[in-house]
Amino acid sequence: MNDYGAVSASVETVPVANSSDVVTARQMVRTLAQRTGLSLVHQTKLVTAASELGRNMLIHGGGGVVRATTVADGGRSGIFVEFQDQGPGIPDIELALTDGWTSGNGMGLGLSGAKRLVDEFEIESGSGGTTVRIVKWGR
Amino acid sequence: MTDRVPVLKIGEILLVSIQVDLEDQMVLDLQEDLSNQIVATGAKGVVIDISALEIVDSFVGRMLATNASISRVLGAETIVVGMRPAVAMTLVELGLSLKGVRTALNLERGLKLLRRLSASRG
Ligand SMILES: Nc1ncnc2c1ncn2[C@@H]1O[C@H](COP(=O)(O)OP(=O)(O)OP(=O)(O)O)[C@@H](O)[C@H]1O
Ligand SMILES: [Mg+2]
Repeated sequence: MNDYGAVSASVETVPVANSSDVVTARQMVRTLAQRTGLSLVHQTKLVTAASELGRNMLIHGGGGVVRATTVADGGRSGIFVEFQDQGPGIPDIELALTDGWTSGNGMGLGLSGAKRLVDEFEIESGSGGTTVRIVKWGR
Repeated sequence: MTDRVPVLKIGEILLVSIQVDLEDQMVLDLQEDLSNQIVATGAKGVVIDISALEIVDSFVGRMLATNASISRVLGAETIVVGMRPAVAMTLVELGLSLKGVRTALNLERGLKLLRRLSASRG
């Protein structure tokens, strides 16, 4: 994923250790998306993706940190969000991205659905944890 | 302890109006409260108003679907009302079909639909 001139001084950070932190994280993402002028539909898609990835980070990764910032590329601006945990990692990312595949008792839609809802999506995962990065562009 | 979403009884109908950004535990509590209240009150219908909800993710979506099935088994029909257009578009892209969940545009139409359903059931 490109580095899109994110200004590190303006990165918002929310540590996620319980389910109320997931709410805080998605509200932070929404506020940023509103301020950046994303359309309502784009905001809704981004915040829904953030909710899925934040919950995954908590349930499968044991919690972690959500970081978000406004990014710009040429004339357009968007929101970059990173979800980082130090959990067990995802052994088979391709499998995890399959609609309906879950290692637990979920619906297996979180990861694959979140990917569809954003414009850019990247996963790095290993025994040291998982990092998911997404970007949603304004129109 | 997290807050609980209130379940109101109006005649034979249970009304739930979700007004806050739901934490997962509140979603689970609501599902349990609704099942218990259907049995305790003998309600024939449940209306869940989600017009204030800015997002419906897989967790909330699953609750809506599960609740529809449970309430049907318990003899009550559930109608989900007031879904925002942006939420509907997002749900479809997320891959949630909400199969088995009856919906109506708003509270008024939801209540009308419930009356029609219970009339046809006799
Ligand atoms: N941060 C993570 N760390 C470790 N494993 C993960 C992580 N995120 C996802 N996974 C794995 O990928 C699988 C698929 O994730 P996905 O969100 O699609 O489904 P789910 O969380 O099981 O169910 P739900 O539909 O409720 O989200 C999970 O079951 C889990 O095994
Ligand atoms: Mg998930």
